[in-house]
Amino acid sequence: MGFFLETLFGGLMAGMLYSLIALGFVLIYKASGVFNFAQGAMVLFAALAMARFAEWIPKWLGFDNLIVANLLAFVVAMALMVVLAWVIERLCLSRLVNQEGITLLMATLGISYFLDGLGQTLFGNDIYSINVGMPKEPAMILEGMFEGGLLISKEDLVAALIAAALVLALALFFQKTSTGRALRAVADDHQAAQSIGIPLNRIWVIVWSVAGFAALVAGIIWGSKLGVQFSLSLVALKALPVVILGGLTSVPGAILGGLIIGVGEKLSEIYLGSFFGGGIEIWFAYVLALGFLLVRPQGLFGEKIIDRV
Amino acid sequence: MMNDMPQAVQEQSAARRTGDVVLDLQNISLSFGGVKALTDISFDVREHEIRSIIGPNGAGKSSMLNVINGVYHPQQGRILFRGEERRRMEPHMAAAQGIARTFQNIALFKGMSVLDNIMTGRNLKMKCGLLANALYWGRARKEEIEHRVKVEEVIDFLEIQDIRKTPVGALPYGLQKRVELGRALAAEPSLLLLDEPMAGMNVEEKQDMCRFILDVNDQFGTTIVLIEHDMGVVMDISDRVVVLDYGKKIGDGVPEEVRANEDVIRAYLGTSH
Repeated sequence: MGFFLETLFGGLMAGMLYSLIALGFVLIYKASGVFNFAQGAMVLFAALAMARFAEWIPKWLGFDNLIVANLLAFVVAMALMVVLAWVIERLCLSRLVNQEGITLLMATLGISYFLDGLGQTLFGNDIYSINVGMPKEPAMILEGMFEGGLLISKEDLVAALIAAALVLALALFFQKTSTGRALRAVADDHQAAQSIGIPLNRIWVIVWSVAGFAALVAGIIWGSKLGVQFSLSLVALKALPVVILGGLTSVPGAILGGLIIGVGEKLSEIYLGSFFGGGIEIWFAYVLALGFLLVRPQGLFGEKIIDRV
Repeated sequence: MMNDMPQAVQEQSAARRTGDVVLDLQNISLSFGGVKALTDISFDVREHEIRSIIGPNGAGKSSMLNVINGVYHPQQGRILFRGEERRRMEPHMAAAQGIARTFQNIALFKGMSVLDNIMTGRNLKMKCGLLANALYWGRARKEEIEHRVKVEEVIDFLEIQDIRKTPVGALPYGLQKRVELGRALAAEPSLLLLDEPMAGMNVEEKQDMCRFILDVNDQFGTTIVLIEHDMGVVMDISDRVVVLDYGKKIGDGVPEEVRANEDVIRAYLGTSH
């Protein structure tokens, strides 16, 4: 029982991290109807910026304080993501207003390759570390209830809490505020949104900035866990089954989808792995997503597509 | 079909006061690639009037409306709005100047409720920016409630109280058209552009829509530019009518004049459509 719970917690926390990346996808999809292939590249770009600025800024300014360095690096990296959002809107999206979703998808594919290259050109292509003071040592809890207690990674726990807070804030923003409503309106119909005075270009800058923020947070958390390197942009692939499961349009869906995938992966590896010769953690999520596509293509919480014929 | 409307409504529409020219279109030409959509079209719209644009399919009516609210940019011609010449204008700027519109193929936000759809019409009136929305909860909330009051007035006006929480995608066509009108009205426009507001409606729905259009014009003094296929409706509710055919203007004037115009009869009334 203790072992089961340990696996479960491990899965929940890994799942929270998947949700964090899935969130970036959902944000942009909800607000512009674009499936943003570049989300993974944005995570890498943001993490690289964070890692390098945290290293460079103390050198430039000549001080030695980890917290200040991290704070400044965070601010600069965030500013960079906003600039990036603005540039993407200016050079790319503003020219593709009222185009098909597939056109926009292809555009983000291009952006993704460009960002991968640009990030490594600007910031180098070694493996860098982000140290934001995440607790690295595991903790024992519930020692009274189970023999030997439960082993929990504090780092994962902190990361999961940050992700949860972010998701909650964004869900409220989308559902309760007028800006959130304007974002949803743009996602639904560009032309109609413009006709009621919603400036598309400003909305897109906002959305991509918010997605950049989500990418930065995800980049910092994943980066401090795995190190910042090119493979970080591939973590985004893990988020694909999450959004399929949760629904592309739902912020709570992204979180629940992430949890299901995280837990599913870990439990299936432990309890089913031996039947397949192990290693199912790698593909389990995709098979689950495939099954979902057959049964419920809009995902758990996706908006059901109502069309009068 | 309008003959069975209450006598009072018809008299009311005839007695409406019209004022100065608010929108002056001069020699507008628009083409897509080599295809000419509009050729050298001029007409004006006066304050408080209901100005209709009619013509057979493909005559350029919707293009004309799209020029007025900045979706298309004509290659030639001048547009004066409230005496000022308009340079390149985008739809959201037109909205900011008080021009609201509806679309021929309903363009509502399908996933949202009726209430949320109409609330989006208040977008321009909302002062609280992104940061206030995200941080300053109290004020943003207070503002939301103020706008909600306005929106409820629109909902009452259009008699759609009982569907305010329904997702618009699930509503019948006629009601969706009404919600779209509501979204435009929520912006409190001075100029309202209606693209075939009665297309695809049954007789009863058309009568309701006519009543709403006349009431909007009468109660709020809103200037209305209307595209419509149904000749009967146009002649009954319009102050003046422009007739387009193959992108050219072939008639302009009060309904009686237009009805008597030879070209119009040949191009429009004579053909089946």
